[in-house]
Amino acid sequence: MFTKPANYSRFRAAQPSVSRRGFLIGALAAGGGLAVGFHLLPASEAQASTSADGTASQFTPYVMIDPSGKVTVLSSQFEMGQGSYNGIATLVVEELDADWSTIEVIGAAGDVKSLGNLAFGGALQATGGSTSMFTSWERYRQAGAATRAMLVSAAAEQWDVPASEIKVENGVLSHASGKQGGFGEFAATAAKMPVPANVTLKTPTDWKLIGKEDLKRFDSARKTNGTESYTLDVKLPGMLTAVMIHPPLFGAKVKSFDAKAAREVAGVVDVLETPRGVAVVAEHMWAAMKGRDAVTVEWDDSTAEKRGTAELSTLYNDLASKPAPAFARKDGDVDASIKTAAKVVEATLEFPYLSHAPMEPLNAVARRNEDGTVEIWGGHQFPDVYQGLAAQIAEVTPDKVKLHVMKTGGSFGRRAVFDGDVVVEAVYVAKAIGYRAPVKVQWTREDDMRAGRYRPMYVHKLKAALDADGKPIAFEDHVVGQSIMAKTMFEGMVKDGVDPTSVEGISNIPYSIPNQKIGLTTVDVGVPVLWWRSVGHTHTAFAAETMMDELAEAAGQDPVEFRLSLLEPGSRHAAVLKLAAEKADWGKPSAEGIFRGVAVAESFGTVVAEIADVSLKPDGGFKVERVVAAVDCGLAINPDQVRAQIEGGIGFGLGAISAEKITLTNGEVDQGNYDTYTPLRIDAMPKVEVHIVPSANPPSGIGEPGVPPIGPAVANALYKARGQRIRTLPFQV
Amino acid sequence: MSGAFRWALLQLETWDITMVTLTINGTAHEVDAEPDMPLLWAIRDLVGLTGTKFGCGMAQCGACTVHLDGSPVRSCQTFVGDVGEAKITTIEGLTGKVAETVKAVWTDLDVPQCGYCQSGQIMSATDLLTNNPKPTDEDIDGAMAGNLCRCATYHRIRAGIHEAAKRLEA
Repeated sequence: MFTKPANYSRFRAAQPSVSRRGFLIGALAAGGGLAVGFHLLPASEAQASTSADGTASQFTPYVMIDPSGKVTVLSSQFEMGQGSYNGIATLVVEELDADWSTIEVIGAAGDVKSLGNLAFGGALQATGGSTSMFTSWERYRQAGAATRAMLVSAAAEQWDVPASEIKVENGVLSHASGKQGGFGEFAATAAKMPVPANVTLKTPTDWKLIGKEDLKRFDSARKTNGTESYTLDVKLPGMLTAVMIHPPLFGAKVKSFDAKAAREVAGVVDVLETPRGVAVVAEHMWAAMKGRDAVTVEWDDSTAEKRGTAELSTLYNDLASKPAPAFARKDGDVDASIKTAAKVVEATLEFPYLSHAPMEPLNAVARRNEDGTVEIWGGHQFPDVYQGLAAQIAEVTPDKVKLHVMKTGGSFGRRAVFDGDVVVEAVYVAKAIGYRAPVKVQWTREDDMRAGRYRPMYVHKLKAALDADGKPIAFEDHVVGQSIMAKTMFEGMVKDGVDPTSVEGISNIPYSIPNQKIGLTTVDVGVPVLWWRSVGHTHTAFAAETMMDELAEAAGQDPVEFRLSLLEPGSRHAAVLKLAAEKADWGKPSAEGIFRGVAVAESFGTVVAEIADVSLKPDGGFKVERVVAAVDCGLAINPDQVRAQIEGGIGFGLGAISAEKITLTNGEVDQGNYDTYTPLRIDAMPKVEVHIVPSANPPSGIGEPGVPPIGPAVANALYKARGQRIRTLPFQV
Repeated sequence: MSGAFRWALLQLETWDITMVTLTINGTAHEVDAEPDMPLLWAIRDLVGLTGTKFGCGMAQCGACTVHLDGSPVRSCQTFVGDVGEAKITTIEGLTGKVAETVKAVWTDLDVPQCGYCQSGQIMSATDLLTNNPKPTDEDIDGAMAGNLCRCATYHRIRAGIHEAAKRLEA
């Protein structure tokens, strides 16, 4: 079971039916600046509004301009490297005509009316599912445009000229008469101007930043000279550092512990039990780590998960051979059509648990202030959830919990958790020491790797059939694995026994095949699981696209031509496939020793095709030399960042399918650090070319969609090289 | 060296907390650190320079890379007692033509994504270019393979090092 946050009912209500409309709101910010934001409300209540005597504290603005003219964008979307801050700043600065070189972006939290993610019905502030640009596209541009209009109104009044004659460029307002001034000069006056009910957004031909190749990330310099600040770097006066001792088995509890020796360690302040394990609190990290080594804990593992990977593998394979209890798709009659088939292709695939293993191990800092408010610094990917959970532990109302949204050293889904993980640990530890000092809980790499929350292990049992003309007539899969959303606050998303994250990508393949049956067996295993960059697509794209390759071969057709024959002409899938094929010179013979594979997958509204050039190494291993990718992600707000996400997604996915796996022996995780869990290193990184399909459609996802096609593209290339299909991941162990 | 050193320390029943002088980025810092404390934590928690990151604690990821007398070391596996008189350079104090060029290229090419590993990447890349002004892809892969980047910015790291080499040659 999971602990329900105090504000749980709101999440249960999260349905993507709430109107996306809202209203712009503006106010005088503290210190005499301008603050403009956007409230989500049902359409009937939507209207322009100025909070006459209001201050910015009544709502969370999207844009603030202080009297010095400094523009700060407050992002509803959390930054883990994927460039969401940069994308959102682009939207605001485009419409505001501010100076890009001086822009600042900070994370905002704790005001769902302003910050709720539209992809989740606006009812939950969350970063996930590659939705940051989707949810920000309209409203952040509107906020930028409204802010600009208010500044122009203020200048028009002050200069006594028509607003229509005022130009705004690079953070400067000017008039033909020679009058000019920066944003700061007009911020306070602008705050008293009515907020426009409707703003006219720029047309694409007027864009100076959106879609431009040469726009550089605003945060690259600070991420290059060591000044970017992460939770690891938070230091508060008097702050203590704690490390946790988690149970070695999932589901085990502390029976007793002996901290006598630990308390003798110089710098150790206290050793305490919390509901999540034993905490060693010290003056600094090294003392905490040394202290931890001196603690002995006895665990009650009577209800713990004790099965290992071998047992689970046997169980999953056995279940996959039995009839599925639930179905995500049933079209036509698969069984009957297979009886008439000319050829049948079958495959059973096994996927391991995967760790997110972000470079910054999980951490959070908690402090209770004298007024009873609680502050938490961390990678708040699900801020509303953490606020609610922290409030319960600290015994305050959620509004008394202030979250500081830190930039994080990666996440890949890891910081979007139902139970708060390290965030609640920080509050537990702060509470356990009587809130006498701020506390940072810092996990080590081993803690991070062994504390669970993995991409689930899965088995896919696939079968597909061709008729005598080589046309596919049947496609069947039986997926076996744990549900990510069951028994969480998202359990409402599980319908008729089907967790959509278990089957997304396989229950909706884009190919025209008349008979399809996608079954699902959800198993109950005590290993905590979670979304991992591209979620279900991490395994379903592999299953679908290696199967398509096998079918193409069985049909005696070229893999690209075969796919195109089953895709709607003019579809986005067909377009990216053709573009990748053209750019990779598919169809021409590849160089000596180079073997090619292709895959195409849609995830999070974006379609990506990847063609991998693979060579074999003398030791039997392989090297991916080059990947050509074509992507349709709707309008590319920051084309170079779209490329960066595809490049990184390919590296991330390639690392996983090559060599990453979490295994368990008698319930204990075998891996602990990067020596045994081995993400991709530079020497295995291919050259990557990314081609973006020009599009005027609203932006769709980009953080995740680069990941799914790389596995099957490489597997299909390796089949050409070796003549053997890959059935068990990772390939190279 | 460090293993033997730590072993020797363990043989002592007690030792007095000693003030150690660490010369970091040209400044001497007196810190109250036991000799077996990893330099990483002394730099971060005692001196307060936070550009050097903690990633693995066992010299597997390179996020904690600093220069010791100009050569890169993993500060999580370098101990305060081993440093002696050696001069420590962290990302905050990394200067010179090569380093400045690397940093300029890193921003021009928008190499970082989350940025967490990039201090270490830049410490290693600067060392590579200092010793090998025109590295091949293989040289780069060899010199940089100890620096993990979970965002997999490797494609741009490689391009960045080539670009820096070109600019330094000009």
